[in-house]
Amino acid sequence: MTMPHTPALQLQGIVKTFPGVRALDGVDFDVRPGEVHALLGENGAGKSTLMKVLAGMYQPNEGRILIGGKTVAIRNPIEAKAQGVVLIHQELSLVPEMSAAENIYLGELPRKSLGRVDWKTLFAKSNAILERLKCRFRAEVTVANLSIANQQMVEIARALTVDARVVVFDEPTASLTDAEKVVLFDIITDLKAQGVGIVYISHRMDEIFTLSDRITVLRDGQYRGTLDTAATNEDEVTRLMIGRSLDLTRHEAPPEFGKTMLEVRNLSCAPLFRDISFSVRAGEVVGFYGLVGAGRTEIAETLFGLRSPSAGEILVDGQPVQITNPRAAIALGISLVPENRKEQGLVLHMNCRDNMTLPQVQDLTSGPFISNGAEIAIFDQYRDRLAIKTPSWKQSASVLSGGNQQKIVIGKWLSMQPRVLIVDEPTRGIDVGSKSEIHTLLRELAAQGYAVIVISSEMPEVLRVSDRIVAMYNGRIMREFDISEVTEDNLVQAISGIKAEEVA
Amino acid sequence: MSMFSNNPALRWLMHNPIWGFVLLIFVFFSLSADHFFDARNLQNIVVQTSTIGLIALGMTLVMINGNIDLSVGATLALAAAFAVDVQSWAAFATWGNWQILPAVCLALLAGIAMGAINGFIVWKTGVDAFIVTLGAMLGIRGLVFVYTGEQSFYAANFAYSDFSMMSLGPFPVLAVIFVLAVIAVHWLLSRTVHGRNTYAVGGNREAAVNAGIRVGPHMMINFMLIGFLAALSGVLLSTQMGAATPNLGRDYELWVITAVVLGGTKLTGGKGDIIGTLGGVLAIGILRNGMNLMQVPAFYVYVILGSILIAVLFLDKRFNRTQNGGLRL
Ligand SMILES: Nc1ncnc2c1ncn2[C@@H]1O[C@H](COP(=O)(O)OP(=O)(O)OP(=O)(O)O)[C@@H](O)[C@H]1O
Ligand SMILES: [Mg+2]
Repeated sequence: MTMPHTPALQLQGIVKTFPGVRALDGVDFDVRPGEVHALLGENGAGKSTLMKVLAGMYQPNEGRILIGGKTVAIRNPIEAKAQGVVLIHQELSLVPEMSAAENIYLGELPRKSLGRVDWKTLFAKSNAILERLKCRFRAEVTVANLSIANQQMVEIARALTVDARVVVFDEPTASLTDAEKVVLFDIITDLKAQGVGIVYISHRMDEIFTLSDRITVLRDGQYRGTLDTAATNEDEVTRLMIGRSLDLTRHEAPPEFGKTMLEVRNLSCAPLFRDISFSVRAGEVVGFYGLVGAGRTEIAETLFGLRSPSAGEILVDGQPVQITNPRAAIALGISLVPENRKEQGLVLHMNCRDNMTLPQVQDLTSGPFISNGAEIAIFDQYRDRLAIKTPSWKQSASVLSGGNQQKIVIGKWLSMQPRVLIVDEPTRGIDVGSKSEIHTLLRELAAQGYAVIVISSEMPEVLRVSDRIVAMYNGRIMREFDISEVTEDNLVQAISGIKAEEVA
Repeated sequence: MSMFSNNPALRWLMHNPIWGFVLLIFVFFSLSADHFFDARNLQNIVVQTSTIGLIALGMTLVMINGNIDLSVGATLALAAAFAVDVQSWAAFATWGNWQILPAVCLALLAGIAMGAINGFIVWKTGVDAFIVTLGAMLGIRGLVFVYTGEQSFYAANFAYSDFSMMSLGPFPVLAVIFVLAVIAVHWLLSRTVHGRNTYAVGGNREAAVNAGIRVGPHMMINFMLIGFLAALSGVLLSTQMGAATPNLGRDYELWVITAVVLGGTKLTGGKGDIIGTLGGVLAIGILRNGMNLMQVPAFYVYVILGSILIAVLFLDKRFNRTQNGGLRL
């Protein structure tokens, strides 16, 4: 295959500093027309920052941007769009109270005379785009009423509003279902065929290797090199990224389990899930695997007292309990690391340390005052453990990279030392190095006698951490597997709603 | 629930609980207060409502935008003082009834200017609108006292006070002005790009900035609009009284904010509409008028309004929660 080798877009020697952080340190990057260029790096390596420079949201301290061979200044996102550069944000950047159509065309609503919005054109165009994306909702719906996955699709729809030269996808698949991913990949292939250059940021190696033509790696804000995807492999990329190889073996033979810590009998919450029964023993990790929307998050929310079940029983230590609010759940030793970190897990304007110690701050007192030392000790421990990248504990959580925010939330609940820990998509948006660190941490917690429930949509993850796997489909438990009997095939079957063939 | 959601009228009421309340008190006072349902009294209600109502229209814009304006009462007093004083300036002595024109124009311009200053400071310094307009509230009120020398001004030209008595056909001219303003602001908010961007900025400021919306100018325009509407309200109020007092419009910011919040506009921005605000101001207007007719002491109105405010917000929260699939947050 011959490729035109004049880049559609070039970044040269980009430097961007924030107070206390050199986020980008002389980075070179280029995208050719009709290629998918993957951008990789640990959490906080500077990927999103680089793309925000490209999209005009940050001005670089040094370096220049060339589009079609000419140096350009991109002062704001509208100018970037006018140059054909579109950025799909890592964190959803939507206005919840407005319609999907208005969000798709945010900042450039079609106009009629007198500054009126041209609603007809707006809805017609938006609906056409949503159809192309095979979305099953209309452009008239309010974004707040859409699922996170559909909100992500609205965000993606923005890429199709202009004749783009370069489209940047910053971790677009984090909250998409497999079916939606297929559509997204089709769109990317489509754009590619039209000669659009694609920048693709993801922590999922499988996606990177199926989609991309070239891979550029950043580390600590520095450019580490560009590889041809066809001529490299996961191991080489990982080493470039984190400086070592990863140990990807499954964990050893299951240890001895203790008594049952949490049992759920016939729990229902119509219409989200029905007739759920399972139990978790001390020392055990139970994986909940299924497609996004299978009802796993809702079960977790019910166990944590955020929803009221319509039927069924919850038993902790063999005693039936009523969990009516999160405080009751925490008192019973149940913790939940939520799926949506930014909205449910973080107080964004608070600093890192305070976020991490938030649920236990009443226990960290010396006399009438909060003990600073104890708080910092906890923060330091989990910062090292989870490799959280921040100049100091005083940094406000709002400016951390997406993956590091996630780590703060995880650290918060791990530091509580709960008896039953529920983690919902613990490694979404987390780089490969820290991912395996989190897996090890979860195993260690179980080994210390905690009961752990892991909800995940990533098969390698559930296979690596679980002792038992509960496969869910459409609000029901399809099958429970012991880790020794599970194969990728029967797991996929179970979560797609195909019953295993039963022997008569 | 399902029984409700099938009937479009009831579903509409569920999203606009304040209109249910308006309907309720309207029926109640019609039955229990003599003369409430008289055409004359109903006209009165609209005229009385228009004073707070005009400002509430502007406040809806500013609050949806994610800001607030506490200086409206003071701006109203300033505009009223200008309007009444300027017409008696010697320079316009020979203008006859035309002397009212420069007076009113100056008053309205003063309102726009006050709004522009508020908006500009909020835009350029990034200081919270609450603080900025709190300062403006004190400052402008002080100016009014300096300007009037703590005295009331009386309109020299009788045509000025006659204006408030005029009617267009069966409708009092003040009511007509209010209705036109309602339509105009509703149109602005729901149909124009500026209106939609106002929602976007208040709903998710970061997303608006990311999308290249220029946040500052939109906020400035809305502050200028509320300044204009507060001044207009002040002018119309002074035509009704034939005078301007330095204490005019005290506490109006509280009435206005109450009305707007009753109408479903979120204090944090991004949500609300003019239909709701209209319900909010009518609720206050009807309640004050009806209780006055029934000779209930005025301070009970405060007690009732306070309770209603909390009840409406509670109901709103309930409905919104059930919509989110029962997730407790
Ligand atoms: N506005 C800001 N103020 C201060 N520091 C910032 C700001 N934005 C980003 N940073 C810092 O810059 C570094 C790079 O962040 P960036 O978001 O680019 O990382 P990333 O590679 O996208 O990581 P992730 O994979 O977690 O999304 C981080 O250390 C982050 O804390
Ligand atoms: Mg990022």
